Amino acid sequence: MSNPHLEISHVSIEFPTPNGPFKALNDVDLILTEGEFVSLIGHSGCGKSTVLNIVAGLYQATTGGIILEGKEVDSPGPDRAVVFQNHSLLPWLTTYENVELAVKQVFKGIKSKAEIKEWVEHNLKLVHMEHAMHKRPSEISGGMKQRVGIARALSMEPKVLLMDEPFGALDALTRAHMQDSLIEIQARLNNTVIMITHDVDEAVLLSDRIVMMTNGPAATIGGIVEVDLERPRNRVELADNKQYNHYRAEVLKFLYERQSKPEEKVA
Amino acid sequence: MPLQFIEGATIIQLKNLASKNIDMSNEEQKMGTRAESVFGAPGISKRISNKFKMSDIKWNNLAKQGVSSLGVPFIAIAIFLTVWGGLASQVQTSLGQLPGPSQVWQQAVVLFDEHKQERQKEVAFFERQEKRNAAKLAKNPDAKIKTRPYTGKPTFFDQIITSVLTVATGFLIASLIAIPIGVICGLNTTIYTALNPLIQIFKPVSPLAWLPIVTMVVSAVYISDDPLFAKSYVTSAVTVTLCCLWPTIINTTVGVSTIDKDLINVSRVLRLAWLTKVFKIVLPASVPMMFAGLRVSLGIGWMVLIAAEMLAQNPGLGKFVWDEFQNGSSNSLARIMVAVFAIGLIGFLLDQIMLSLQKSVSWNKGAVIR
Repeated sequence: MSNPHLEISHVSIEFPTPNGPFKALNDVDLILTEGEFVSLIGHSGCGKSTVLNIVAGLYQATTGGIILEGKEVDSPGPDRAVVFQNHSLLPWLTTYENVELAVKQVFKGIKSKAEIKEWVEHNLKLVHMEHAMHKRPSEISGGMKQRVGIARALSMEPKVLLMDEPFGALDALTRAHMQDSLIEIQARLNNTVIMITHDVDEAVLLSDRIVMMTNGPAATIGGIVEVDLERPRNRVELADNKQYNHYRAEVLKFLYERQSKPEEKVA
Repeated sequence: MPLQFIEGATIIQLKNLASKNIDMSNEEQKMGTRAESVFGAPGISKRISNKFKMSDIKWNNLAKQGVSSLGVPFIAIAIFLTVWGGLASQVQTSLGQLPGPSQVWQQAVVLFDEHKQERQKEVAFFERQEKRNAAKLAKNPDAKIKTRPYTGKPTFFDQIITSVLTVATGFLIASLIAIPIGVICGLNTTIYTALNPLIQIFKPVSPLAWLPIVTMVVSAVYISDDPLFAKSYVTSAVTVTLCCLWPTIINTTVGVSTIDKDLINVSRVLRLAWLTKVFKIVLPASVPMMFAGLRVSLGIGWMVLIAAEMLAQNPGLGKFVWDEFQNGSSNSLARIMVAVFAIGLIGFLLDQIMLSLQKSVSWNKGAVIR
């Protein structure tokens, strides 16, 4: 284990409501090393997205804070690029222009015009979207939009890549395809990633560690599974792998036995 | 009634045209097969006949669309004209019978002739003046010559141009003020809360209530020996501005404040500068709402301008209507009716201009804009 790269340090957050403050997160504490891929998993409404938004700087923690490479960060910035669940591409720009907007912003005065163009194209190639560079988001499929969203995030060369259920809105086949792409990209770039997911298979397949959140309110980390599977990982080979299925079962047990949703218990 | 007959005839003609097209397509297909036998190349001839088929389908659709998009409105207009003609003849006013379509058309022609005559007079006036000046110069090269402007009465068409220029000026000024205010209000809740009560109070005020104040302020403030614009023009334009502001401000504010939150988050993560954010994200995202406001503004502005011109006797279509009313000849009502149609037509054209402007700046070319 190398030095801590990103530290989520005792983060709690309260939202004001008419009935007094609502404590969404309580003392979330997590340290990531460089190049680590961490998944956050939990039932919907448990505050996974809130954790991500706090890391991104879009929300402010009530107590505790985020330390990136030894410095506290409390506002959004391109060093913590976000891949949003619904892609959030600007619909009036082409895919190229969407990535270009980010590249120009981050590398203004560092890269020349030609270098910027090359870098934009490089990132679109990385997600296999070079054929649709001059198409608008409305002209490409949901999976393609998410690819461009990932390209935009990667093009910022972030220190941490934050993904908020990046494949949640995609159909199962496209999702599998995107996961394979992400494995391939991760093998090449070795980014530090925090990814939120609902999908147990996705979490085990992609992560080095799976952080399981308890149910809210005042959600916190309920358990961590270290996924010690060799990379590169192959979904077909892993389907029969004992170790893989063990991790899978562990996460499932946590989600459906220890943290089953209260309303589901009643039912 | 004759109009309806003509209308019926056009529809039948269009239908004939459509069926002719079908006939033609058959012939062309035959030609295609002939081409095949002549050239011995089925691929080429097939492609040719396919092309013909495509164009035939297009033509048939066009003909059908023509019937429904031109035919139906024409029938409606014909009915309107008939009813109008029938009812108008029943109404006797102190200025004679209420004019029907034919009298109004006559007066439209008369107004056009008057305009032409006035222009000829103007040309003649300048010719005379030039001759006189040339003669003067010939006698004495040092003579001071005077060029006097033509002071003829403005015609109906002059008044139209004045009104259109005035509404355009007022609307442009209003938009330049209202869009930035709307953007700022939409982005900043504090400023919105501060300005909202003022906007809500001024919005329902009829600009005609402003007119006396505007008139007094303009005559007090706009003082110059050689004014670039007439005072009446400034007064009218400012009045239009005052009523064009509010719908644009309100719609732009709503448009900006309802932008997808994720898009704003994108700009936060990218740390876009404020202006970049406005031009790259905020403005494109709020174009539809903004233009809805602009179109409402322009419509209100045009209506208000006519009323303001009537009330303040400022040159323009409103003054034309008022003058004709005061004139009280037997043709006055028909001439006013011509003005009514002109006002309506220009209002419609202004809206169409805004519509095509909206289409050209809108990023979503697929969206249906009405």
